[in-house]
Amino acid sequence: MSKPPILRTEQVCKRFGGVNAVDGIDFSVAEGELRCIIGPNGAGKSTFFKMLSGQLQPTAGRILFREVDITREERHRIARRGVAIKTQVPNVFDGLSAFENLRIAAARRLDSRGAAELARDILARVEMTAHADRAVGELAHGQRQWIEIGMLLAVDPALVLLDEPTAGMTKEEVARAAAMIRALANQRAVIVVEHDMKFVRMVDANVTVFHQGRILVEGPTDTVLRDTRVRDVYLGKAAH
Amino acid sequence: MSRGRDAATLMAVGLIGLAVAFSLPHLVEVFVLVELTAYIVFAMLALSLALVWGYAGILCFGQSIFFGIGGYAYTLGVMNIGESTLPVALGIALPMLFAAVLGYFLFYGRVSDIYLGVITLCVSLIAYNLINSLSGTEYKIGSVPIGGHNGIPGVPVVNMPGDSSRTFGFEEVFTLSLILLVAVYIGLRALLASQFGKVVVAIRENELRAELLGYDARAYKLVVFVIGAAIAGLAGVLFVNWGSFIGPTVFSIFFSAQIIIWIMVGGLGTLAGAIAGAVFIQWLSTWLGTNKIIDPNIVLGVIFIVLVLLVPKGLQPMLVERFKRRRRSETRSDTRSETNSRLGVP
Ligand SMILES: Nc1ncnc2c1ncn2[C@@H]1O[C@H](COP(=O)(O)OP(=O)(O)O)[C@@H](O)[C@H]1O
Ligand SMILES: [Mg+2]
Repeated sequence: MSKPPILRTEQVCKRFGGVNAVDGIDFSVAEGELRCIIGPNGAGKSTFFKMLSGQLQPTAGRILFREVDITREERHRIARRGVAIKTQVPNVFDGLSAFENLRIAAARRLDSRGAAELARDILARVEMTAHADRAVGELAHGQRQWIEIGMLLAVDPALVLLDEPTAGMTKEEVARAAAMIRALANQRAVIVVEHDMKFVRMVDANVTVFHQGRILVEGPTDTVLRDTRVRDVYLGKAAH
Repeated sequence: MSRGRDAATLMAVGLIGLAVAFSLPHLVEVFVLVELTAYIVFAMLALSLALVWGYAGILCFGQSIFFGIGGYAYTLGVMNIGESTLPVALGIALPMLFAAVLGYFLFYGRVSDIYLGVITLCVSLIAYNLINSLSGTEYKIGSVPIGGHNGIPGVPVVNMPGDSSRTFGFEEVFTLSLILLVAVYIGLRALLASQFGKVVVAIRENELRAELLGYDARAYKLVVFVIGAAIAGLAGVLFVNWGSFIGPTVFSIFFSAQIIIWIMVGGLGTLAGAIAGAVFIQWLSTWLGTNKIIDPNIVLGVIFIVLVLLVPKGLQPMLVERFKRRRRSETRSDTRSETNSRLGVP
């Protein structure tokens, strides 16, 4: 708890027409912390992530990264500060090979030999070496997720945002992803948005529950998943 | 390893280009050289859009703006100064400057793809109408009338740098044009093989992802746009040297549309295809024009519609893909017959 926050938001809001997608979020994550965000569909989780990564500008409020105000910064600048995001809808370079996807990511900070080496290394870590030369557009949804996660590893970020990273993955892959995400934390802060309660239990970190654009509860996995308000929000379905 | 092979290929292209550039004037009649020079000019213009649209994904409907600015800058420069070195530089620099300003608003204003097409088309129409209307003798730059819709005839051909008495003949204009085309081609290949070029292609594939990785897509696109304008401007300079004439039709919709047809015929995302597309379409329209079988514009229109509907990727990529597929199915049937024989099936 003594570690300083890497990311902090103050009363962040986002309105779309009449909809308050995000409605005054005060949120803080420490350096090296692993955090899960859960909440029903439409709770504002993806919108919140888009503001953190500069894809959307808040209607009100402030976002601070290591106490620097990044609320109105361009998304590539935020990325260069060390914020990397895996979006809910996979964003990869479909026409390029799996290897080239990772190499381009690595080349943002490494020279050409270093980037190629790291790309091969990461392909092995996400178990995609066999598909190195295939166009990412031809790969299955789960495999594309791994490529996108690999690209985040390649830029060596300080803060990793993962928006539903296990969608389209097999059971074994979900377990592997949970293990990898736990390993990622400590050297960097990780925030994961997830729907899959099994996954949230596997990760076993602090959980923040979003509901209608606000924070409903925050705390350790066990406490949060036992909370009756959380059960109500999920209509009792997801807690078992 | 493929890198070494690429370098060897480019070296060969360069040497063959040089050999042809210097030997052909001794081998063929002048009128053939003049005709070839026209193809070279159009091929150069095609390369500029092949880069901007084919590789960077910037759908510029007004690439001829830069061609026209280059041509007019050279013309007005050389007719005022009488020596061609500075005018040639102007014919490249002014299009770049204009592209830098226009591109700044387009990319940093995050204008969407379709609107970018519309805006560039409108800019070329404005240029067309502007130049068209400046036909009175009072519209001059320096001592040279702009000529309005009549254009400017009798433009001096380039001279040896610094020696305005040594102007180039048709042969030398051909040699110069071909060398420059080969140089631009090799330069673009090198650019696209570089880290910069790879990021440009990645931005075309997914701009959001590129930015979320920390690449400033706006800056990359602006640089490509300006390089494209330099090449188109150079093509415009050579165009004036080929025909000793420039007129406002270089800014017309028809002219801009033609460049897009060249690229569509040759295929998006290839440089050699763009050159082939330009040469083929220009040859076809000349042939149709001289034989008077059917109006070339109708044929071009039909080609355009057929391409958009049936072969949206262009001819060259389609042929390459066909070839690959045939090879793949051959290897597959090989392995199948192998397993079959192993299984004892004939
Ligand atoms: N671009 C948009 N325009 C209008 N409404 C949007 C937009 N993006 C999200 N919303 C709305 O904002 C709310 C929150 O959406 P989102 O952040 O995607 O939720 P979650 O990721 O938690 O499922 C929803 O009601 C959604 O319909
Ligand atoms: Mg979402």
